[in-house]
Amino acid sequence: MSKLKLATVWLDGCSGCHMSFLDMDERLIELAELVDVVYSPIVDTKEFPAEVDIALVEGAVASVDDEKKIKKIRAHSKMLIAIGDCAVAGNVPSMRNPIGPEAILNRAYIENATAQQQIPCVVVPKLLRVVRPIHEFVNVDVFLPGCPPSADTFHTALTALLTGAPLDIPALTRFGA
Amino acid sequence: MTTDADVKTLVIDEQEVSARAGQTILEVARENDIDIPTLCHLEGLSDVGACRLCLVEIKGSNKLLPACVATVQEGMEVSTNTDRLRKHRHAILELLFAERNHICSVCVSNGHCELQALAQEQGLTHVRLPYRNPELTVDASHERYTVDHNRCILCTRCVRVCAEIEGAHVWDVMGRGINSIVITDLNEPWGSSSCTRCGKCVQCCPTGALFDKSKVGDDHPKYPDFLPYLNLMREAQ
Repeated sequence: MSKLKLATVWLDGCSGCHMSFLDMDERLIELAELVDVVYSPIVDTKEFPAEVDIALVEGAVASVDDEKKIKKIRAHSKMLIAIGDCAVAGNVPSMRNPIGPEAILNRAYIENATAQQQIPCVVVPKLLRVVRPIHEFVNVDVFLPGCPPSADTFHTALTALLTGAPLDIPALTRFGA
Repeated sequence: MTTDADVKTLVIDEQEVSARAGQTILEVARENDIDIPTLCHLEGLSDVGACRLCLVEIKGSNKLLPACVATVQEGMEVSTNTDRLRKHRHAILELLFAERNHICSVCVSNGHCELQALAQEQGLTHVRLPYRNPELTVDASHERYTVDHNRCILCTRCVRVCAEIEGAHVWDVMGRGINSIVITDLNEPWGSSSCTRCGKCVQCCPTGALFDKSKVGDDHPKYPDFLPYLNLMREAQ
């Protein structure tokens, strides 16, 4: 059997879910027997591949760039898994939602800046008015809540999804876990 | 043997049970180790049937009844865990999460929250509804406690414990519908209200809406189990 193509993506999150994924330690070697990591912040591939079997997405959708990315990921992935509370529920990035992006940008780049007070407008993508979980933009196949989901959660869930074993996510993790 | 107790027999989840007249379905179910999820109910306080998580099905009626306030009737056949009820409970929890800003990962009650625990118990892995993201206040004017309206689910446990047990009735509800909010006195800051600083409301709050300022991070378990004992002692006097 040829290996499945696995992609991992980092949208508006802290990378903690990726750290937790790496915390699988020696179990990553077992996992590498089953999958090829074809796209990831830890792999030097610039473009999201045309055909991916499983995409793990960390982070909420917070900018026009995130929105573009998540649509592309969905179009090219057979299974899309939302990993962590940011992807699943918005979590910490969504805490700006009640006050809006202008207030946040002003605080960061004007009020708290000691030099060159200006809101970045080139190169960096424009922020969306509200940060939203990825399933509000695209269809999500599996939700893995947690902040972050533990390495054990990743291992159990991925093993089950790769081997077709039954998977009881609420028994593994919860919001804020 | 003579008895003047009015005994009712009924069936809950295909189990025959007996009860005293006037008991609620919830009381009888729990006496018989049948679990019905609840959020606004708290042993030792009056029941208001506000959260609707304890809705049960009664054979012969297409109306769902809240088990915490519906009393037992002779020959009643109650179902507490059908597909229809699970669907409604799921939806109720999703509505609660979508209504205000429940960010579990940074909440003082993370790991000790009844809403969070119920979501896990009921198999909720995400919220299908769009989040409302309302702008809500945090009142930290009290020297010992804080109220964070972002986490409040309007269960009114604080209102009931303050009025019924402490006898102070500092807490109440202001506004209507989705704009409802718990207030102290006539919407005075908690710190300058007539609060007796007893802290019962904090211990009864199921989420991180009311918390003790001396607690940091997620180290804030709550202990509302003093209530039934307090009531027992008072009745004995």
